[in-house]
Amino acid sequence: MKVRHKVLVVDDELHIRRLIHAALARADYAIVEAESAREALELLREERPDIVLLDLGLPDRDGLELVPLVKQQSDTTLIVVSARDATDQKVAALDLGADDYLTKPFDTDELLARVRVALRNRMTRDGGMLSVTAGDVTIDLIARTVVKAGREVHLTPKEYAVLAQLARHPGRVITHNQIMAQVWPHEVEHHVEYLRVLIRTLRQKLESDPQQPQIISNELGIGYRLRSVSETPGDELGRAP
Amino acid sequence: MTGNDRPSPETFLRQAAQEGRGRLKVFLGAAPGVGKTWEMLTDGRQRREAGVDVVIGVVETHGRRETEALVHGHEIIPRRDVDHQGHSLGEMDIDAILERRPGLVLVDELAHTNAPGSRHPKRYQDVEELLGAGIDVYSTINIQHVESLNDVVASFTRVRVRETVPDSILENAEIEVVDIPPDELIERLRDGKVYIPQEATRALTHFFSKSNLTALRELALRRAAQAVDAQMLDHVRSHALAGSFAVGERIVVAVSELPVAAELVRAGKRLADALRAPWSAVYIETRRSRGMTDEDRRQLADTLALASRLGASTATVPAASVVEGLRAFAGDARATQIVIGKSSRPWWFELRHGSVVDQLVRTIDDVAVHVLPGEPAAKPGQPRVRITVPGRWGRPADYIWSLVMVAAMTALARLLLAAIDLGNIALLFLVPVMFAAATFGLRAGLFAGLASSLAYNFFFLPPTGTLTVNNPENVVSILVLLGVAVVTSQFAARVRAQADLAQWSARQNAALASFSRQLIAAPDQDTLMHAICAEVGRLLDVRTALLLPSADGPMLRAAVPPEDRLEQIERAAAQWAMDNEQPAGRGSSTLTASDWLFHPLRTTRGVLGVLGLTRDDAREPVRSDQVPLLMSLLDQASIALDRMELEEASLRTRQVDERDRLRSALLSSVSHDLRTPLTTILSAAQEIRRNPSAQLAETIETEALRLNRFVSNLLDMARVEAGALPMKVEATDLFDAAASAAHDTRASLLGHEVKVDISPNIPLVRVDPVLLHHCLINLLDNAGRYADPGTPITIHARRAADAISLSIIDQGPGIAPGNEKRVFETFTRLEGSDRAKHGTGLGLAIVKGFAEAMGLSVDASNNEDPRGACFTIRIPETLIITHLDDKDQP
Repeated sequence: MKVRHKVLVVDDELHIRRLIHAALARADYAIVEAESAREALELLREERPDIVLLDLGLPDRDGLELVPLVKQQSDTTLIVVSARDATDQKVAALDLGADDYLTKPFDTDELLARVRVALRNRMTRDGGMLSVTAGDVTIDLIARTVVKAGREVHLTPKEYAVLAQLARHPGRVITHNQIMAQVWPHEVEHHVEYLRVLIRTLRQKLESDPQQPQIISNELGIGYRLRSVSETPGDELGRAP
Repeated sequence: MTGNDRPSPETFLRQAAQEGRGRLKVFLGAAPGVGKTWEMLTDGRQRREAGVDVVIGVVETHGRRETEALVHGHEIIPRRDVDHQGHSLGEMDIDAILERRPGLVLVDELAHTNAPGSRHPKRYQDVEELLGAGIDVYSTINIQHVESLNDVVASFTRVRVRETVPDSILENAEIEVVDIPPDELIERLRDGKVYIPQEATRALTHFFSKSNLTALRELALRRAAQAVDAQMLDHVRSHALAGSFAVGERIVVAVSELPVAAELVRAGKRLADALRAPWSAVYIETRRSRGMTDEDRRQLADTLALASRLGASTATVPAASVVEGLRAFAGDARATQIVIGKSSRPWWFELRHGSVVDQLVRTIDDVAVHVLPGEPAAKPGQPRVRITVPGRWGRPADYIWSLVMVAAMTALARLLLAAIDLGNIALLFLVPVMFAAATFGLRAGLFAGLASSLAYNFFFLPPTGTLTVNNPENVVSILVLLGVAVVTSQFAARVRAQADLAQWSARQNAALASFSRQLIAAPDQDTLMHAICAEVGRLLDVRTALLLPSADGPMLRAAVPPEDRLEQIERAAAQWAMDNEQPAGRGSSTLTASDWLFHPLRTTRGVLGVLGLTRDDAREPVRSDQVPLLMSLLDQASIALDRMELEEASLRTRQVDERDRLRSALLSSVSHDLRTPLTTILSAAQEIRRNPSAQLAETIETEALRLNRFVSNLLDMARVEAGALPMKVEATDLFDAAASAAHDTRASLLGHEVKVDISPNIPLVRVDPVLLHHCLINLLDNAGRYADPGTPITIHARRAADAISLSIIDQGPGIAPGNEKRVFETFTRLEGSDRAKHGTGLGLAIVKGFAEAMGLSVDASNNEDPRGACFTIRIPETLIITHLDDKDQP
C-alpha cells in the first residue's frame, strides 16, 4: 500500500488507546487519538481519517450520539469498540449508521481483521462491487447468479435479495431490520422468523455443512454477516461475552 | 385461685396490672350527707400541701359553704358541656384531665351516670381510664351504690338505686369510711345541711330513718373491713406467706332469663367473696331457650354481663335439660357450690316436669346446692313474664290435621264395625292419637286424644249419638286414649328436642369449621382479612370491617361490603378498642355513639387489630345469643392473623438466611476465583518484562479469559437474582444458537470436538437468543471442564411430542448419583470435583436462572453408553413456532 490509511482512535482509557495504537502500528496504519467527543469531532475535520474506532463511554458525550454526527460530517468508516455488550446497544449503533461493532474485551487480531474488511469495503464501494467470493461460493452481483463449487445454485428472488444485500457489504453485520426493510419493503411489521427460514434454506443450498455454517454467520439478536474469502475462521477468535 | 397456698398466677397478674396504674382511694359513706366530699377535699388539700399536683375533675358542692371554701385553692378542670335534649349538662372533661396529667384528681360521685353522648356511660369507667393512664384518683360513693350490696340495701330501705359501681372497682381501691353516728346525720338533715334532690324528698324521708341508717352504717363498715381483708390476703399471697384460707372452692351460679337471676348473681358474688373462691355464672341453653323473646334475651345478656362485671366467668352451655347441663358444667368446672333459684312454678307444674332443684339435689354428689327464693314479692301485681314457647302450642294447622285424622279413623271404624268388636275399635283410635302426639307435640296429641274419646263415645259407645257412658269399662278406654297421648308426646318431644339441639350444635360447629377452613385456605394477609370479614358478616348477618393499627391510627384493611372510610367517632372507638383491648362502640360500654361495634383481635402478643360490626337497622350489631359464636370467631380470626404474621416473619428470616449463605459463598468464591487468575497474570507480566516468552503471554491470555468469563457470570447471576432479566424474545433458529455457542467456546474447548446433531426440520423457537446463548456456552464450558480429554461434546436437539429437548452431551465421569438436582444450585461444586477444574460454581445456576426466565426447564442426568453427563434444556410446546402463518406474536 502506497498511502497509509489513517485511523482515528476515540477512547478515554489511556491503556486501551496504547494497546490499539500498538496493534495498528504493527499493521502500519497512521494513527490519531482522541480522548473525548469534542476532540474526536475536531480531529475528524482536521485529519480526515479513513476509519474511526469509537468507544461509546466517553466523558463528555454518549458515544451513540456521536455515531450519526460522524456519519453526517464525513464519509469515514465507523467501527464501534465498546464494553457495552447488550444487544439493543449494538443494534442501535448499527441502525444509526455504524459499520461494525466490536465488544471489549477484544482480540487485537480480530480488531485488525475488522479494520481490514472495513477498508476493503470502502475501496470497492465507489467502483461498485462486481462479485464476491465466500468459501467456495461466488456471488455475481451484475449477472445476479450464485455459483457454488463451479455449479450454479438456484435461488428464489427473496433468497437472492437477502444474499445480495449481505454480499454488498461482505464481512459486515447487517441487522435484521436492514435486511427485512430491503427484502419485504411493503411489510409494516417485520417478522424475524421469515428471515430465519430464508437463511436456513439459503444455508441448505450454499453451506457444505448447514449444521455448522461457514458462509452466512449469525450475530446473536442483531443480524447476519457474510464471511468473505479474506477471513479465515482463525482470525476472528470470538470471545464469549 | 388454685387449690394451694402459694401465690396464684392471678395474684401476680393483678399486681402486674397495678404497676404503672394510678391508685384509687374511695371515700365510702353510709348515706348522703355524711361528709364524703368534704373529707375528700380536705385530704386532697393535705396532699397538695405535701407537694402533689392535685386538680379537681368534678366536685358537687351543692352550695354548701364550707365545701366551697375547700374547693377554692384547688385547680379545677372546667367541665365539658354535653348537649342533651336541649339541656346543657356539664360532665367531667376526661380528655382535658388526661392532657393536663396531674398527679391526683378528685372525682366526686363515683356512681354517677354520664349524659348520653359521653365517651363512657358511667363515671367509674372514666375513672378507670384515668387510673389506666397512671393518674391517682380520689372519689366518693355511698354504700347503696355498691353493686353486690344493691339488693341488700333495697331490701330494707325499699329504695333501689339504679346507679351502681362494680365491686371490682372497690377491690383494688383504698377505702376510707366517712362515718358519723346516725343521730348526728339525722340532725344535719333537719338543719338542711344534706343536699337531697327535690324529686326524691318524699322517698328519702323514709330512707333516713334511724334503723335504716344504722343498717347502712354497718354495711359500709363491713364492706370496708372486707376490702382491708382482701387486700391483706393479696399481700400475704404475693409475699408467699403461707396463709390459711379456704381453698379449692368453686361456685357456679345457674342463671335464667328471668329478672330475678340478677339477684342470684349478686348472691353468688357475696358467697364467692366470703369464700374467696372463683365463680362462674352459667346459662343452660335448652330447647326452651329458642322460644325466648328479645326482651328475655336482653335480660339474660344483662344478667351475664352483670356477673362478668362482678368478676365471674360466664358461659352458655347447650344441653338437653337444665339439670343435665348444670351437672355437666359443674363437673367440668369442679364446682363445690351451686347457687340456684327456687322455682316459683305451681306445684302441679313441678309434679309433671319434676323440679329442677329436686332433681339436682338428688343427682349431684359432693356439691353443696344453695337454693335461693325465686320470685321475690317485690313486684306484686306486675304480670309475670311467662315463658311462652311458640312451638309449644303449635300451629293451628296441627290441630286441624289431628282432627282430620280422627275423623278419617272414625269413618274407617264405622266401616269396620261389622267385622270387629267395640273394644278393638278403641285400639284403632290409638293410631291418630299416637301420630298426632309424635308429630305435632303434646298439646296436639292431647287434643287428638280428646277428640278420639269424644268420637268413640259419640259414635260407638252405647248409647250412640250421645256423650253419656253407660259402661264403666268404657271410661277406661277413654282414659287410656288420653294416657297414650301424654306418654307418646313426651317421648317424641324429648327425641325431637335432642335432635333439634344436636342440629343446632351441628350448625354452629359447621359454621366454625367452615370459618376456620376459609381462614386456613387464605394464601396471604389481604385475602385472609377479607375472608374474616366476609365469613363473620355472613354468619352473624352484619356488615364487617377489619382495621389494623398503623402510624396514623387504625387503618381500614378489609370490609364487607366494601367501605371507604369510617367516621371520626368510629375511628376513635376502634382506636379505643385497640388501646384498651376491650370492645367499644354500639352495644358496648364505651363510645356508644359509634354506629359500629369494635371487638379487639387479641393474641398472646397483644392486639393485632379490631373487627368492626354494624347493622343497617338501628339494632345492636350482635344479639346476645350470638355473643359466644362471635367470641369463637374472633378467637379463630386472631389465631389465623397471628399465624399469618408469624409465617411471613419466618419466611423473611429464611430469605435473609439464604441471602447470607449466598453472600458468604460468593465472597469465598470471589476471593478464590478472582485472585487466582490475577496472581497468575501479575507474576507472568512481571516475568515477561525480564524474559519475554510466548508461553508466558499465553498464560496471561488464558487467565485473562478466565477472569473475563467469571466477571460475566457474576454479572449474569446478579441479574438472575435481581429477577430483572431484560428479555428480547424472538424467533430463533437452534442451528444458529448451536453454531454461535460452538464458535464462542472454541478457545476453552481445546481438545474437544463439538458435534452438532440437530434434526434438519427442527422448528424455530421463541426465546431470547442471547440468554439461550449464555445457557449453551455455560453448558459447553462445563462439559469441556469435566469431560475426558479428547472426547467429543455433542449438541443434540430433537422434537419430542410436546417439547424440543436441547442437550449437551459429554463423555466422562458424569454426575455423582443423587446430585442431579443439586448441580444447579448457586456455588455448588460437587464433591469429588476439585478446584483444579476451575469451576466458578455459577455457570449451571445461571443456566437454570436464564432458562427459567424464558419459560424453559433444565435437568441433568447421566448417559450410560458412552458414560457421561447429559444436560437438557426443555423448550415447551408453547414456545415452539409450528406454523409460520400464525402471526401470533405481539
